[in-house]
Amino acid sequence: MIKSTDRIEIRIGSALEYLDLVQTLTDCITDFMGFDEDTAHWIGMSVRESVTNAIQHGNKLDQSKRVDIRFEVAPDQLDISVRDQGTGFQVERLPNPLDAENLLKPSGRGIFYIRSFMDEVEFIPHVEGGMEVHMVKKVSSNQAVKETEI
Amino acid sequence: MKIDTRSVGDISVLDCSGKITLGEGTMAIRNTVREVLKNGGKKIVLNLADVNYIDSSGIGELVSSYTTVTNQGGHLKLLNLTKKIQELLAITKLLTVFQVYDTEKSAIESF
Repeated sequence: MIKSTDRIEIRIGSALEYLDLVQTLTDCITDFMGFDEDTAHWIGMSVRESVTNAIQHGNKLDQSKRVDIRFEVAPDQLDISVRDQGTGFQVERLPNPLDAENLLKPSGRGIFYIRSFMDEVEFIPHVEGGMEVHMVKKVSSNQAVKETEI
Repeated sequence: MKIDTRSVGDISVLDCSGKITLGEGTMAIRNTVREVLKNGGKKIVLNLADVNYIDSSGIGELVSSYTTVTNQGGHLKLLNLTKKIQELLAITKLLTVFQVYDTEKSAIESF
């Protein structure tokens, strides 16, 4: 069983080529925590969407800007933060992809998916600048948790 | 991401495999669909049976391909959705947009 909270942090450049690396790390962490396959998939997708947004919309693919990704692994939940160095945005102003006029738009679903698959999602302007997406996935009580010793 | 295009009568079946994610995956779908349209094809079936991963950009590319084909007087239909693609389309109400089939026979016969 996981008995303490540990932090895993990585910093990447604003290049989409890093997405697979981040995804692989996320998959390793969710596997380590014993999330079932479907839940792990949706966590991985949520992280991928957040990092894509940070690179593309936050940092606008500016190679001089970084994206910080932090995983806090606890016995009862996985806490993930993705922070860019952009100018931020007002999440409440984002169009609803379910509205009839947006249904056939090619983009604008990423944050909707993140909110659908994670238990808690917050968008917080960071005190040192940039936007931080904070996501939590709880380890459900009926889930087979690996007998992993830290 | 790999796409094999084959013809069944006047219908183009695009067998997609691998990941449809931002970049290479979405470009492959876009370019292949455009190529079919350029060659006069108006009836397209996207077979997604072997797509093991899709992100929101991939879903967006399916929508974009659908509108491109429809705007040119054609029809684009989806075949063999994986459970995860089906879920992503369902929660964004896109199952109400696409015509989806479980067998190639039923997809072909729908045109």
